[in-house]
Amino acid sequence: MTAEGEIIHFDNVGLRYGTEREVLSDLTFTLYAGRFYFLTGASGAGKTSLLKLLYLAQRPSRGAVRMFGNDAITLSRASLPALRRRIGVVFQDFRLVPHLSAFDNVALPLRVAGHGEKDIAGPVRDILEWVGLSERIDAVPATLSGGEQQRIAIARAVIGRPAVLVADEPTGNVDPEMALKLLRLFEMLNRQGTTVVVATHDLDLLRKVPDSLIMRLERGRLADPTGALRHPPARRT
Amino acid sequence: MSRDGTTRRERRLGPSMLHGMRRLGGGGAELIPQGRMSGPMPWVIAIMVALTAIALAAGLSIGNAVSAAKAEIEGGVTIQIIEPREDTRDRQTREVAKAVQQLPGVSGLRIVPREELDSLIEPWLGSGIAEATGSAIPVPALIDVRLATGATPQRVETIRAAARKVTEAARVDAQSSWLRPVFEAMVSLQILAIALVALLTLALAAAVLLAARSALGANRDVIEIVHLLGGTDKQVARVFQRSIGFDAAGGGAVGLALALVVIVLLARRFEGLGAGLVDNGALVWSDWLLLALVPILATLLAMITARFTVLHALRKML
Ligand SMILES: Nc1ncnc2c1ncn2[C@@H]1O[C@H](COP(=O)(O)OP(=O)(O)OP(=O)(O)O)[C@@H](O)[C@H]1O
Ligand SMILES: [Mg+2]
Repeated sequence: MTAEGEIIHFDNVGLRYGTEREVLSDLTFTLYAGRFYFLTGASGAGKTSLLKLLYLAQRPSRGAVRMFGNDAITLSRASLPALRRRIGVVFQDFRLVPHLSAFDNVALPLRVAGHGEKDIAGPVRDILEWVGLSERIDAVPATLSGGEQQRIAIARAVIGRPAVLVADEPTGNVDPEMALKLLRLFEMLNRQGTTVVVATHDLDLLRKVPDSLIMRLERGRLADPTGALRHPPARRT
Repeated sequence: MSRDGTTRRERRLGPSMLHGMRRLGGGGAELIPQGRMSGPMPWVIAIMVALTAIALAAGLSIGNAVSAAKAEIEGGVTIQIIEPREDTRDRQTREVAKAVQQLPGVSGLRIVPREELDSLIEPWLGSGIAEATGSAIPVPALIDVRLATGATPQRVETIRAAARKVTEAARVDAQSSWLRPVFEAMVSLQILAIALVALLTLALAAAVLLAARSALGANRDVIEIVHLLGGTDKQVARVFQRSIGFDAAGGGAVGLALALVVIVLLARRFEGLGAGLVDNGALVWSDWLLLALVPILATLLAMITARFTVLHALRKML
């Protein structure tokens, strides 16, 4: 039974790496379409691990996960790519392809999705301009600063207009001004219907998105002090 | 702009025969860095293709010689009249020839002339014997019989019976029985050549498998990124497949050229021998066509091997 507007649902999910203790335990929550979520928690609390489950880089050790109406646990390998294309990811460590230019890195999701070159050049240049990297369009990642690489990573995550945007510390390497600008980009996408999940330490950031919902991880467990996750308040319009 | 970007990158990397092949789904970006898959691979393939083509040429050539000689010899029966008195021998020879000629299935018959027989034994006995001893050596008379179809034991038996009716001095042999050991040796060589081709094929597949695996390992991070961006195993496999296919095509062309040089030189050497069996081994146009197919098949084999290696390895990734 899928609740209305539900896009991702976790039920009693646990994750352990190898035979170690669980790094995530008893996670039960629902993400609703079109919402803006912040995921906070101390370093090592399990934010990246939870995001990995969201962007299907990892399967949980226990529990049930439903994504876009599919059972993500029993999903066959062959049907993963189609789901992944609906999720844009900004990795904490960027994960740019080292030998590809900024342009080609950002174009990668479109090429993977089979778009023709003439449909790629325009949007890629637009988004690179938006993140202020028009001049570095031919630069390879090694020649870019940390903040510039992060912006390339963000451009790559949003270029395919994903249904869900998952960003792991997307403002960790940029100055406050750029951080705010990137947040505005996320908000803009969110207003156009993209569900956004941003993991961050930066509590200032949280206050800047008034409608956002906050998920707090404490040693692998989800704290929902306000109950907003289970019963999200109606959106302000 | 993508065009601009690509040209700029091209200039940086310099002209490369591999350029442009490492693309994802016909897009613009080389997903595997240039040069990763090249290195020794084209040369390994060149050597394999050269050896395969040479072994194949040898096999085909031996095959041609065997089947040409076979057709000639299988239909042949030799009758010897072993009789020391020359006049009796000549008379008996003519009578046997006449009797055998009328048998069904005999398409041709020739009494080998005296001079030809002399020249046949001359290399062994020299030509001065008749003068030295005052009498010619009693060489048996020879009748060369051609049969329309193969010299089956029954046919040979019929001829033998007919000849024996004329004289007990007649000895009848199918020519194939004389040459059987030579045939068997040639057929063994042919089998050896085929086995070599098979082994080289296996070795090529193994080399590609190893190359594909190491390329996979070297590009693991990139593959993971492509997967997480929604890339399919087939898209990833295609990139590797093309890359190896291009290496194989280049290496194969070089290998074939090398093999052709060797084959032509060897053929010249054998031509010089002027021996009947070897002359029949010349390659015909369909053989050359088969040789030209070697690098093409090697390229296909390399691509298929790469594809399956990559797809198999990717199945273990999430
Ligand atoms: N691949 C892994 N293998 C084993 N343990 C891991 C692995 N990845 C993470 N962990 C462990 O899981 C726990 C949670 O890590 P995670 O990266 O999810 O934390 P985080 O909240 O993202 O931290 P940070 O804010 O520093 O990025 C940590 O104790 C970490 O050591
Ligand atoms: Mg983290």
